[in-house]
Amino acid sequence: MLPGILGRKVGMTHLFTEDGRMVPVTVIQAGPVFVTQIKNDEKDGYTAVQVGFEEAREKHLTFPKFGHLKKAGVNKNLRTLKEFRVDSTSGIELGQEIACDIFTEGDKVTVTGTSKGRGFQGGVKRYHFRGQHMTHGYMTHRRPLSSGATGPQRVFKGVRKPGHMGDAQVTQKGLKIVKVDSERNLLLVDGSVPGPNGALVIVNKAGK
Amino acid sequence: MSKQALLDSVVESLKKTDLPRINPGDTVKVSVKVREGGKERIQVFEGVCIACKHGGIGETITIRKISSGVGVERTFPLHSPNVAKFEVTRRGKVRRAKLYYLRDKVGKDARIPEKR
Repeated sequence: MLPGILGRKVGMTHLFTEDGRMVPVTVIQAGPVFVTQIKNDEKDGYTAVQVGFEEAREKHLTFPKFGHLKKAGVNKNLRTLKEFRVDSTSGIELGQEIACDIFTEGDKVTVTGTSKGRGFQGGVKRYHFRGQHMTHGYMTHRRPLSSGATGPQRVFKGVRKPGHMGDAQVTQKGLKIVKVDSERNLLLVDGSVPGPNGALVIVNKAGK
Repeated sequence: MSKQALLDSVVESLKKTDLPRINPGDTVKVSVKVREGGKERIQVFEGVCIACKHGGIGETITIRKISSGVGVERTFPLHSPNVAKFEVTRRGKVRRAKLYYLRDKVGKDARIPEKR
């Protein structure tokens, strides 16, 4: 059994639960994925399952990847390949199709994606620095000010400064599957997931 | 299918399908499920629909009625499972989409002619 699946974030909406509560949900088009390689201890040093997701046009595939898919016996030009570490690969075969019905309603999941890029941002937006006053003679406004004490006469590594924000891997934990639509390969997840609409996300079972 | 079209189809599949067409000015009978001490019963709230808010599954209508001389307004989500039934008892003829002016009218002024 695969611990997770690949998907694309479709967008957010909300729905009513049976007891009338409204919950915000993110729609994820998850799977189907195809097993492209099974890694084992003897040959690769660890146990994992490599799966591919989404079809691309043939010209968008590199030749090595094309050959790799052909070897796996997957008759599809898969765009994205990703590995999942597993304890055992029993019941998983090369070329096997895995759909989003590995999840059921109420499952706890973590969703990993790439956050929206914010460009070069100052300390106030990037690290929630408070900034200074906008008026009353303050001329610094949103500057980061002190970088540290005069004691070591240098700036420590990792001191929070303005810089590039976003477009980094973010994992959202403790999300819950609200609905599984295996007909259209959709997962409805309680709450928000990282990234813009249309972004690639990895849905993992919690604790895996 | 584009992402937006897919999202729209998901929202559409979550909506109730048996709702009547409710317009502003209509007199609507709303059957609300009320839970009291583990028991569930139906409470009816009847009044004039003064506003419809659109937008996906969060669509609401605002119903206004005069209850023992005091104006009462309640907003109901159309697709909520807590509302058992909407029933239009009278179609009103109005020239506004939002009938908030009714809040300042009392008695005969607050009437809405029936649509024929």
